[in-house]
Amino acid sequence: MANKVIQALYNDDDILMLAVKKVKAAKYHIEEVYCPFPVHGLDKAMGLAPTRIAITAFMYGLVGLAVAITMMNYIMIEDWPQDIGGKPSFSYLENMPAFVPIMFELTVFFAAHLMVITFYMRSKLWPFKQAENPDVRTTDDLFLMEIEIHDNEAALQELLADTGAVEIKVSQK
Amino acid sequence: MASHYEAPIRKPLVVGDKGYHDVTLDIVAPVEGKANKQWWIVFSIALVAFLWGIGCIIYTVSTGIGTWGLNKTVGWAWDITNFVWWVGIGHAGTLISAVLLLFRQKWRMAINRSAEAMTIFSVVQAGLFPIIHMGRPWLAYWVLPIPNQFGSLWVNFNSPLLWDVFAISTYLSVSLVFWWTGLLPDFAMIRDRAVKPFQKKIYSLLSFGWSGRAKDWQRFEEVSLVLAGLATPLVLSVHTIVSFDFATSVIPGWHTTIFPPYFVAGAIFSGFAMVNTLLIIMRKVSNLEAYITVQHIELMNIVIMITGSIVGCAYITELFMAWYSGVEYEQYAFLNRATGPYAWAYWAMMTCNVFSPQFMWSKRLRTSIMFSFGISIVVNIGMWFERFVIIVTSLHRDYLPSSWTMFSPTFVDIGIFIGTIGFFFVLFLLYARTFPVIAQAEVKTILKSSGEKYKKLRDAGKPLYEMPSSTKSNSKKDQ
Repeated sequence: MANKVIQALYNDDDILMLAVKKVKAAKYHIEEVYCPFPVHGLDKAMGLAPTRIAITAFMYGLVGLAVAITMMNYIMIEDWPQDIGGKPSFSYLENMPAFVPIMFELTVFFAAHLMVITFYMRSKLWPFKQAENPDVRTTDDLFLMEIEIHDNEAALQELLADTGAVEIKVSQK
Repeated sequence: MASHYEAPIRKPLVVGDKGYHDVTLDIVAPVEGKANKQWWIVFSIALVAFLWGIGCIIYTVSTGIGTWGLNKTVGWAWDITNFVWWVGIGHAGTLISAVLLLFRQKWRMAINRSAEAMTIFSVVQAGLFPIIHMGRPWLAYWVLPIPNQFGSLWVNFNSPLLWDVFAISTYLSVSLVFWWTGLLPDFAMIRDRAVKPFQKKIYSLLSFGWSGRAKDWQRFEEVSLVLAGLATPLVLSVHTIVSFDFATSVIPGWHTTIFPPYFVAGAIFSGFAMVNTLLIIMRKVSNLEAYITVQHIELMNIVIMITGSIVGCAYITELFMAWYSGVEYEQYAFLNRATGPYAWAYWAMMTCNVFSPQFMWSKRLRTSIMFSFGISIVVNIGMWFERFVIIVTSLHRDYLPSSWTMFSPTFVDIGIFIGTIGFFFVLFLLYARTFPVIAQAEVKTILKSSGEKYKKLRDAGKPLYEMPSSTKSNSKKDQ
């Protein structure tokens, strides 16, 4: 019985929010909510932890900056120092103004791309990945709340029917 | 609901009696429908232009850069003009999606998808020019920081041309992932509606298996915000660095410290003009007038007016600084621009970029669709001339009067430029028929605050939703 779930569909984000609050108040664990668009405050209402993806972006940015400095220091100062226009390349710090644009660009490049890759990996998004939304209408105009059933089907049915769901289904996962 | 409140004085951004499902239907219609005759006609013209451009590129590469009108004095002309023009156009997309996101401008949601598409397609055109101009495009990878085969000699990180390589490639790739991440939920919507197996397969592939979980949306919003925060300085840096190509040189007319802000303003100016050109047609052809409203066009016209005026200030500042500097080379460069043999180009630029946007002070003119379309074309022409004036008139009068010369483009110069316009429209027309051209998931989030249907309900003091009674009637307790 553990992999049996009850799915309630809603046709409005405000009704969904009220329903989520009601279900949480009744001390049920909401397995998942599928939405066609981001509903503000839904993550908090469901009790989801805040995402740490912005922190990873900051760290990736630092990596990018470090890569830029290391690369240009090696290429321009250590490996092949040149005297261009009477400005010899003896020290990274003294030559730094010319390196600022690429330090900036690589910071952005690393932060943006690695953050997006992290997002795709964490949310399991990649080419040829099969979609997992249980009802195709959840990318159009319906919101689906999924709760696991543990010998409490009748109670859940009753609770969800009271929350303004337009449709309630029980399915095996 | 209080959370959807918006001041009644704000005009609706989605007009008509639209609910969530209506948004889906309207945006999927061009994708699910068939292309009409006009689409095929315009597409064919664009394709022919593109093929002509490819022919000219093949001729250039196989014969040499000598097929262009360049000479010893004017070593940069149409190629770099076209490059800067296309990069400039490519600035509006990220500006609309990133800067306006940070400023919480809801009107960006109807136009950001197409503006970003335009950005990516035009940066592709821009990137072609430096690569062709290398003469041996198969060695284009030499711009990457790898020791070349003559020993351990590296690329020069002191060169603004190399900064440009990094700036443009970062900009193109970051814009692409920003665009694609936003597209995932919308591709998923098309995928879930598709009935033909082939269509279903393609959109499943494109949507990366997007399922719309609450956690996915939470991350999606955070990623969008951080990308906007990264892309905002990025978009400003790109045209700044493009302007460094000129500003760090010692050519009178180029060696100017106001170039970075002046170029950025010009880029936004031309980018918004191109967005207006494309969207005024698209809203009509794809029946999206309810989403891309006259208000959207008016707001873009205001941006065009402001950035056009900034550009105008920059032109006048340049003249003032040339006079005030007391440097006679600088003074001559600007005197020659305004009164020399290329004065016609200078005054074309002045008229198109400084004079014509001033019409937008009039509310009647900036809310006129035909007039806005006309001005958008004029601005695009003017901004092309701006780059031509900066590049060619500064070069054609060399330090040595014996080297003074004129520039005239050959059919190859013209052919490649027309080819890129064709390529751009080929990409954009294909996009318009296969992609969700409006960020429908985002539009749905503002529907309750800014949609006409819900604004009316709120003004009438009615609730924005009705509790469905169907399931209630199933549970006997409620009766």
